[in-house]
Amino acid sequence: MADKVSFELVSPDRLLMAVDADAVAMPGMEGDFGVLPGHAPLISALRAGVIEVEGADGDSPDRVYIAGGFAEVAADRLVVLAEEAVVVADMDRAELEERIQDANGELEAAEEGEGRRLAEAKISVLQEMLGAAR
Amino acid sequence: MANLKELKNRITSVTSTQKITKAMQMVAAAKLRRAQEAAEQSRPYANRMERMIASVASNLPSLDSAPPLVVGSGKDDVHLLVVVTAERGLCGAFNSNIVRAVRQKAKELQEEGKTVKLFCVGRKGEESLRRDMEDRIAEYITLREVKNLTFADARPIAEKLSQMFNDGEFDVCTVFYNAFKSVISQVVTEQQLIPVKLPDPEAADDDDAVDLGGAIYDYEPEENDLLGVLVPRNMSVQIYRSLLESSAAEQAARMTSMDNATRNAGDMIDSLTLTYNRTRQAIITKELIEIVSGAEAL
Repeated sequence: MADKVSFELVSPDRLLMAVDADAVAMPGMEGDFGVLPGHAPLISALRAGVIEVEGADGDSPDRVYIAGGFAEVAADRLVVLAEEAVVVADMDRAELEERIQDANGELEAAEEGEGRRLAEAKISVLQEMLGAAR
Repeated sequence: MANLKELKNRITSVTSTQKITKAMQMVAAAKLRRAQEAAEQSRPYANRMERMIASVASNLPSLDSAPPLVVGSGKDDVHLLVVVTAERGLCGAFNSNIVRAVRQKAKELQEEGKTVKLFCVGRKGEESLRRDMEDRIAEYITLREVKNLTFADARPIAEKLSQMFNDGEFDVCTVFYNAFKSVISQVVTEQQLIPVKLPDPEAADDDDAVDLGGAIYDYEPEENDLLGVLVPRNMSVQIYRSLLESSAAEQAARMTSMDNATRNAGDMIDSLTLTYNRTRQAIITKELIEIVSGAEAL
């Protein structure tokens, strides 16, 4: 058995990351889980949150924020499909706070119903990103 | 005989047309490379998504409880045809091929007594379909302002589609787009989106499929719920893929047709120049004869 998990992060636009890691912690929809070498085959939906990669070789980022997605674990391979992914170290707190303020303004301006729901969802995603950036 | 000045004007105008087509060809060639790259880079995601769905679907206890996006609404009375075309013309038969395929399909469906609705993506398709099927166009999205296609451009289309499906506006959804096969060939492709054609896991076309040695996946949340999240996402992915393919194919088609146009203009300039020179020569000869016979008459 290999002593590393090969971890791939794929977005619809391109392959974002492909590294070998000792362990990867995932924000699963039904609870967080860690993936170590020899993990049982699993397909899981992911909620918005941070993926933590431990013991990756090279200078690849170790914390990546994703806005939900899917993970597939099979035979020491971990493939994550994420529509949006941001490296935590690249996030700018000041900019995020500004975007939250903007979104709050949108929320106040929004009518009841769909627009309001969207604005609320946007704020919660941004706030999670801010939390992750700490 | 055409007069010299007219010929000269023709030659100038054809030459400037040739310059334009040549420039368009080169622009298309540059854009094609970028579009092709984008199409290739989107493949890993689409392939893996497909494999996941195949795996989940093959482990479903029964299809009865699966989400309606997967199994359909149980009817096939109303067909929605999504027509993906270009925003601009001058790309050979690119747009008319799609439109012809859609017309044909619509005719077949109507002969079977089904209702046909159209969802146009791209200005060119809408323009030509509006002429005879205006009342059938249910939705029209233009990507005119979009310079570089991103996933965010595909998502609203997919969301609109699922919303229309949930409102019961159609039962079956098929996408028509030009697939990029090679620089000189684009293939009109018809892909059924709703209900999902579940891929056959055996036939999954993936070079790096993992051999599990008979192991079975755990699913989290359970299969049906997971499929309920996966399938709508997959729809955006499929739409994104067809948009990318279509844009690569469009640039390829434009490049080929502009190459032809440039060559035709070149041929035309050659033959016009020949006529021009002949005419000029004829006029000189005529003048000489006039002078000589004038001198002889003295």
